[in-house]
Amino acid sequence: MSFINYSSREINCKIVYYGPGLCGKTTNLQYIYNKTNPEAKGKMISLATETERTLFFDFLPLSLGEIRGFKTRFHLYTVPGQVFYDASRKLILKGVDGVVYVGDSQLERMEANIESLENLSSNLQEQGYDLNKLPYVVQYNKRDLPNAIPLAELEEALNPTKVPSYEAVAPKGIGVFDTLKAVAKLVLTELRKGG
Amino acid sequence: MIQQLVMYEEELQQINRICETLHRDSNARAVLVIDKNGQAIASAGDVQELDVTSLSSLTAGNVAATGGIASLLAEKEFAGQFLEGEKTNYHISIVGQRVILVVLFDERSSLGLVRLRVRKAAAELTVTLEVMVRKSAAGSGQPSVFSEITDDDIDNLFND
Repeated sequence: MSFINYSSREINCKIVYYGPGLCGKTTNLQYIYNKTNPEAKGKMISLATETERTLFFDFLPLSLGEIRGFKTRFHLYTVPGQVFYDASRKLILKGVDGVVYVGDSQLERMEANIESLENLSSNLQEQGYDLNKLPYVVQYNKRDLPNAIPLAELEEALNPTKVPSYEAVAPKGIGVFDTLKAVAKLVLTELRKGG
Repeated sequence: MIQQLVMYEEELQQINRICETLHRDSNARAVLVIDKNGQAIASAGDVQELDVTSLSSLTAGNVAATGGIASLLAEKEFAGQFLEGEKTNYHISIVGQRVILVVLFDERSSLGLVRLRVRKAAAELTVTLEVMVRKSAAGSGQPSVFSEITDDDIDNLFND
């Protein structure tokens, strides 16, 4: 749910990175954090286990600049990818304005990819959202790995509705900002429709 | 369709006034009003040295997790939480099922006083929130300034 403050002339939107465990959601946020000017970002918060697995969420507040005199602020969240953290994932989806689904390109992660995508769809439904109507983009991460499966197969399995999709190598930043820009644009376009 | 919460000048002034009164009457260090989705709405007191954005997100996460526990126990919600620190205490309450009212206080105040003052502030805040939600809903059918946003405006945001 976007929050528009006419008094301080701010638009606040929430974007959630979703996907199976170890697909690179946190790495996306870390790259964005490292490459953003200090004045455009807040502190990145990671609620993680001792082994650096996301326990509850990562959070990165980002300012993108002004649009028609309104400061646009995006709050980026990741969900914990591991299957047993489903209750936490549902909480983080509350009030979401846009979703990035991060898929893992490795063949052996396809089952986890599909399970996570189905989980995203059903958790959104539980909150009264429809994935087909929400600003939504797909990222295929880990494209540099030797066991990455061809793009066409990923598209067929993970992007049946043909939303914008991006190939990525998150630790190197490849595709990271393209993905973010795409979802941010969709969110702002949705806002223009009068949401 | 995105459901929007819209804040107008008049309601923000009222919320700020409620925060300031609560800050003063409860001898608090700071008062924060946070949307349940983690957006900071208003604050009063000694907030310069606080990372309000991060506090808002974490507090909302905390309230959401507590709400999850409540529903597992067939409770409607746990209306309040109190985090006791060595120097700073953190009192969290949910107001009008919509926003989170936080009072940070130290030894200059007490839990009893904070609870008492929060109760009064929460009642006032509830009334203001109802007006705000009504206005947000009424405004959603009308053209907003955002209907004039062009593709170029959006693209310009991303020209680094």
